[in-house]
Amino acid sequence: MNKILLGLLLGAVLGAIDGSTAWFTPAVRAQMAGIIVGSTIKGLIAGVAAGIFARTVNSVSLGILFGLAVGFVLAFLVAYMQHGYYLEIVLPGSIVGMIVGYATQKYGVASAAAR
Amino acid sequence: MRQLSDNALARLRNGSALPDLGGTRYSLIEKVARGGMGVVYAVKDEHLQRRVAMKVLEAPGFESDLAERLMREARVLARLEHPGIVPVHDVGTLADGRVFYTMKFVEGQRLDEYIESLTSTPDRLRIFLRICDPVAFAHARGVLHRDLKPGNVMVGPFGEILVVDWGLAKILEEALPTEPMGPDASTLHSRAYCADGMMVSATTGHGSVMGTPGYMSPEQERGEIELLDARSDIFSLGVLLRYLLSDRPPVRSSRRLDHALAAICRKACAPARERRYAAMQELTADVSRYLDGLAVAAHQESIWDRLARFYRRYRFFVLLIAAYLLVRVILLLVIKH
Repeated sequence: MNKILLGLLLGAVLGAIDGSTAWFTPAVRAQMAGIIVGSTIKGLIAGVAAGIFARTVNSVSLGILFGLAVGFVLAFLVAYMQHGYYLEIVLPGSIVGMIVGYATQKYGVASAAAR
Repeated sequence: MRQLSDNALARLRNGSALPDLGGTRYSLIEKVARGGMGVVYAVKDEHLQRRVAMKVLEAPGFESDLAERLMREARVLARLEHPGIVPVHDVGTLADGRVFYTMKFVEGQRLDEYIESLTSTPDRLRIFLRICDPVAFAHARGVLHRDLKPGNVMVGPFGEILVVDWGLAKILEEALPTEPMGPDASTLHSRAYCADGMMVSATTGHGSVMGTPGYMSPEQERGEIELLDARSDIFSLGVLLRYLLSDRPPVRSSRRLDHALAAICRKACAPARERRYAAMQELTADVSRYLDGLAVAAHQESIWDRLARFYRRYRFFVLLIAAYLLVRVILLLVIKH
């Protein structure tokens, strides 16, 4: 599996799981579907970005940092649009970015150009 | 009559012990080491203007058993052209009747000195695998080392590994040098074993015990030369592996090893040779699998061993997931309050 596809799949799965944890916050249960879709798209974008980064830069620590940065920015944007829940959205979203950044560096097939 | 002082006598004695290099292309530089069979000198090859090592018998006599043994060592080394084995340059007899051969002058440290600078287990395992390479090559060429130990492994200044002192080497089959080296260990093993019985009297001879206690296989210790095959060297390598992993000579080693590594050592050092790895490739494959975080053939894993291996292999990943879950739990608790 190539790194971009890996990032895409992993980001989407982790994003969906991350979004579904909103169920534990009773105040937002009514918007669960929207949260899960939004979180999945957020994870998907972070995963693809991390995958593209991993194809060009071969460094686990830089990959993690890049994932963290992308996850943070995307989660911050989502929280900003929600006008709240910064901590609940940004913190786990950043960690999901780190996980995707790490996974795309360690696993998946790099393109011939990167090798 | 004038009496000589002790110092003068010692100088005379040393002078007579030095090899007579007259008529050869070599000039003496210094004595480097003394072994069981002879003395190694650093000499200068005047034709090529380079330093080489010369192994010389201590006593003259071309017909002696030791002379024959030294010649055989040179011939064994000559058939083993491998980056991990010291190449032989020349062989002959000096003017004083002593048999000699010259080889590459190896500068570096013995393994037992070098490993003090290696702290991590993976680094030591990688060194071990590089030691196995020339031994596996020799086995494929029908040669057993029979004296593998840390003192017979040199690490060069650029990290190159050299297995030295093939003085006790045993040739299992004479017809191998022209054959290409193949990876089919089982074929080589059985063929070598069949040829063994025929070669014993011609090469090793008398069934005497030769080797280093603690590193010798039980059959080698018992002098059962006709039974020696690749598994005898595998035993020595198992002891050497244990030494590399525990920093201590095998008899005093008490450090607990990881289950899989301990199982590899146990299998390599099994008293019954049938229970050891059958060929070098099996041993190196198990060590490589361990390094890659995979299950090793020598060890039947419990579920806990499997989980521990999974954790070791994906440690950072597991920690990230754990961090994520922890953050989620903390956030939930914060929200509830």
